[in-house]
Amino acid sequence: MEHNILEIDHLHVVFPSSKGETSPVNDVSLRVPAGKTVGIVGESGCGKSMTARAVMGLIHAPGRITEGEIRLCGRDLRKLSEKEYCSLRGSEVSMIFQEPMTSLNPVMKAGHQVEEVLRLHTDIPESELKQRVIDIFRAVGITEPEKRYNCYPHELSGGLRQRVIIAMAMICRPRLMIADEPTTALDVTVQAQILRLMKDLVSDDTGLLVISHDLGVIAKLCDYVYVMYAGRIVEESDIFTLFDDPQHPYTKGLMDAVGSLRRDAEVLSTIPGVVPSLAHLPAGCSFCLRCENGSDRCEKELPGLIQTGPGHKVRCHLMKEAGQ
Amino acid sequence: MNRLLLEGKNLSRDFPAGHGRKLHAVTDISLRIYEGETLGLVGESGCGKSTLGRLLIRMLEPDSGKLYYRGNAVSGISEKDFHPYRRDLQMIFQDPYASLNPRMTVRDLIAEPLEAWHVCGSREETTKKVLRLMEAVGVPGEFLMRYPHQFSGGQRQRIGIARAIALDPALIVCDEPVSALDVSVQNQILNLLNELQKNRGMSYLFISHDLSVVHHIADRVAVMFLGKIMETGYVKDIYESPQHPYTRFLLNAVPVPDPHRREDTVELLKGEPPSPVDLPKGCVFHTRCPYATEQCRNEVPAMRPAGRTEAACHYPGVS
Repeated sequence: MEHNILEIDHLHVVFPSSKGETSPVNDVSLRVPAGKTVGIVGESGCGKSMTARAVMGLIHAPGRITEGEIRLCGRDLRKLSEKEYCSLRGSEVSMIFQEPMTSLNPVMKAGHQVEEVLRLHTDIPESELKQRVIDIFRAVGITEPEKRYNCYPHELSGGLRQRVIIAMAMICRPRLMIADEPTTALDVTVQAQILRLMKDLVSDDTGLLVISHDLGVIAKLCDYVYVMYAGRIVEESDIFTLFDDPQHPYTKGLMDAVGSLRRDAEVLSTIPGVVPSLAHLPAGCSFCLRCENGSDRCEKELPGLIQTGPGHKVRCHLMKEAGQ
Repeated sequence: MNRLLLEGKNLSRDFPAGHGRKLHAVTDISLRIYEGETLGLVGESGCGKSTLGRLLIRMLEPDSGKLYYRGNAVSGISEKDFHPYRRDLQMIFQDPYASLNPRMTVRDLIAEPLEAWHVCGSREETTKKVLRLMEAVGVPGEFLMRYPHQFSGGQRQRIGIARAIALDPALIVCDEPVSALDVSVQNQILNLLNELQKNRGMSYLFISHDLSVVHHIADRVAVMFLGKIMETGYVKDIYESPQHPYTRFLLNAVPVPDPHRREDTVELLKGEPPSPVDLPKGCVFHTRCPYATEQCRNEVPAMRPAGRTEAACHYPGVS
């Protein structure tokens, strides 16, 4: 039977602001099944990175998780002490960050940084550590791994740095890896190499959560996708259904925007207006002010996530529940 | 063919890289921009595309090479003699957060070029013109006295565009103008740039790393790699039948937003660009090119017609 590596239920993250509290993550529920790659897609500020940070236990004050459950292989992460969380990060859940320039320690050799993870989380003898690191460097496609082991981050190119980060994230074989915009800072020819590497990261008993604003990256890597807008999940579906039959007006708008650019349409499709500030969200659907078909009801009443097909859910009043 | 607007001949520019070494940002590039066209300049980070854009409007001085504007030699002349041309050559920057003075209102930001050139007779007239410009770029006039931080990224980029078009320039160098924006907003700005060009007839040099964006907006394209132009041609020809191997690899590397076509079948370029401090001998692309031969390692290929484009390659069309 398929089991879930990660389960998030009704997660709320709240930050105080001068205009009252804002919710960058608002009632988010998601699943990462074993052996699958799951994506969260959305534009800047939609809460996708904050959801990832919540899983990693990296929401710092004044932000806080007010409600919800996060379970990793059945274990409730919100009940962990900071010390327990520390032993979890790197060994059972790890993160690949966007910026390979700033997420490595500049005054520590690349090999030593990866070794550190092993030293913290395993009892592999000191004498074998270096070989383990060189093996994993080779596995992530780092050429001349012995030489790179002794390089400082500034001596490595952007693509190599990102490979070091990936090596660091996978060396303890974590159950869940989270990749937050893993290729956004890379050039397109290097991005293609890293995406090819990431396709092979998932095994039968692990999961990968990919966060990206780029529908091309999502289409390439993911089995299942959640679309986020202004802190909420507005649509979720398997990858093929989402691209073949997007339902939420926001998802449709995004797909049209990307599609019209690829088709080279005379006038590109856009989504009118801008993403609303989290401090001024309407009581109802957060997309209603930009939606062509928004009604009074949309403005006043928050739509729930409605099942419109097998495994396909949409948060929109215009949708009809499957079978009705 | 439209009339030639701006031409750069054999432009080169180095930067000091410490320890007496030099970073070769732009090496021996010749480029033409015609009236009313959009020339797309694509390449990966560090390939020198921004430096080239700046050299073409003398925001940077070349180490060698010549610049002609409407047939007049404008390189080597004094800043004072060049000054009248500045009005015709404007720029839109990548980062709409860093390129607007946070302590100036929208009115003052857009009025700045108008006042510098004494375009309007009075303050009232200037404000009227600012309002017309705001309307042209889609920023509501009621925001006249607001500050940049009160706007979203897309709105700020519109303000940057209003500044650039205020003096009715002949050429705008757009340096990654939509890279910092989300895709839905990015399309709004691209539509605006197209509409402004239709109404005003200026040329764009559109610098971008995003191949889909350039495909949409450009009439002609120049592909850069490590300080050199690899291939130029009409956008259709470049995208449909690229002759230079680098162009082909670049186009193949873009992830397609379609899960039905995600299977990896194409050959990927290996490695990463070499350092612009130690340029490879011969063709600068030969260290990454799977088709490189002895000739490529020793001889710099000249730009010459290949298929329907022009390519700097000893073996154009090779695959």
